[in-house]
Amino acid sequence: MVRKFLTNTYVFLMYLFLYAPILVLVIFSFNDSRSRTSWEGFTLRWYRELFSNDQIMQSLRYTLIIAILAAMISTIIGTFAAIGIYKMRFLERQLVLNLNYLPVLNPDILTGLSLMLLFIFLNIPLGFITLLLAHITFCIPYVILSVLPKLRQLPANTMEAAMDLGAEPLYAIKKVILPQITPGIVSGSLIAFTLSIDDFVISFFTTGRGVSNLSITIFSMARRGINPTINALSTLLFCSVLILLLLINFQKDKEKERGF
Amino acid sequence: MKKWIAYPYVVYMLIFILLPLLLTFFYSFTYQDIDGTTRFTVEHFKVFFTGAGYTNPRIFLNILFRSLRLAFITTVVCLILGYPLAMILSRMKGVAKSNLVLLLIVPMWMNFLIRTYAWMSILSREGILNSFLSRIGLPTVNILYTETAVILGMVYNFIPFMILPIYTILVKMDRSVLEAAADLGANKFITFIKVIFPLSLPGVLSGVTMVFMPSVSTFVIPRLLGGGRVEMIGNLIEQQFLGEYNWNFGSAVSIIMMTFILVFMFVLQKGDDKEQGGAIW
Repeated sequence: MVRKFLTNTYVFLMYLFLYAPILVLVIFSFNDSRSRTSWEGFTLRWYRELFSNDQIMQSLRYTLIIAILAAMISTIIGTFAAIGIYKMRFLERQLVLNLNYLPVLNPDILTGLSLMLLFIFLNIPLGFITLLLAHITFCIPYVILSVLPKLRQLPANTMEAAMDLGAEPLYAIKKVILPQITPGIVSGSLIAFTLSIDDFVISFFTTGRGVSNLSITIFSMARRGINPTINALSTLLFCSVLILLLLINFQKDKEKERGF
Repeated sequence: MKKWIAYPYVVYMLIFILLPLLLTFFYSFTYQDIDGTTRFTVEHFKVFFTGAGYTNPRIFLNILFRSLRLAFITTVVCLILGYPLAMILSRMKGVAKSNLVLLLIVPMWMNFLIRTYAWMSILSREGILNSFLSRIGLPTVNILYTETAVILGMVYNFIPFMILPIYTILVKMDRSVLEAAADLGANKFITFIKVIFPLSLPGVLSGVTMVFMPSVSTFVIPRLLGGGRVEMIGNLIEQQFLGEYNWNFGSAVSIIMMTFILVFMFVLQKGDDKEQGGAIW
């Protein structure tokens, strides 16, 4: 009894710790004052203001455009790269994989500033293009790392079998290989999308005048005090993510029960 | 299916992964002479380690040691707080388990700056924590803009990276080894020390790496929760690049930071290999 009580208390406190700031955000998104500490009554003002706040809406737009483009492009490049790497001989593969690991292992700040040095060295003006290139660069390795295991699970010589039956290489990839590694591709693109949406450090170093995603906008606001509309925005984002994930999760459990 | 379809990405990697790092190395070992030519030097490293030209010779070393110390404390706290949760979750069943694991990941989908920023309203002098403390008659605390706040922020942000790998290992662990341990007379404590913990070491090691590395290099959390009073090596690097425009010194500091992280990972790997009786290094 005591043991169970202690366990439950500990689990509760841990989740309270993880959700405390989110609770604060949600509660203060309805606060009738700019204060972040005292409650002045209920209002929906910040939700109304959110949609007329150009700075926030613009950076939300940039965040989504960059995340969608980065996820799509890095998924395409990464999937082809993974198929090629899978076919490489041992030494060559190790070399490429180690190089591919660097952005995963390096601290964000190093990836960010070294890319900034590169863009300035290559004379590419910092802005939308460099931001997108940077996001693609740190997303591809994760796509490759989630597609490669699926390729390794393929039965040996699948490709050769398809080609013996008369398929052209590209046709075989499209009709035989791709459908089987789809789960890896999907999870790779999801990881890429998530990483891109949440990134601050790399974006901070690689973006230029006038182009800022949500993270950068929030960071620059933090000095003068964050506008409560940000709380409203995060509340909306949080609720949609949570509902979506819980739905998916319950769906999975149902499928399991039905014996899928 | 030929390997050449990876070659466009190989070229991409050389340009966007290798070349940037080489540039950082290049900058760290060079300086611009007055006549505009670039010359090689180890001066930046010397300045970092001896504080040459500064009144306090340990000015940069102190920042380095503070970063390592705070990252170390963060890692230990994450391990102590996170391990039991990973263990409890790994033993749960059904919907409750998958939902709790999901709830562990959900905060990571919210912008981490927003969440870190929310901690400021919890910790500040008139904040939620203090008004709660004074309401129940306890003395208030001044945590914001101290090292404690920075550690708290880092633990908060990075603890899922400790819990998840440990959970993944524990959930796959063969339960029969626990029964075997019990049959051989081990009590719960001994079973944990001798069986569960050693078997979970790969998860612990990847958790430790995934917490330690971002903790050493972060500059956002000390900026927000340390209020600029707790300077870490990430702040120094950011300041050199975007404040002082001293890319050469900034690059040198980045190389030093990378070296310390590599050494840390090397030591960790070594410990791992010993446990498994192999010696790759």
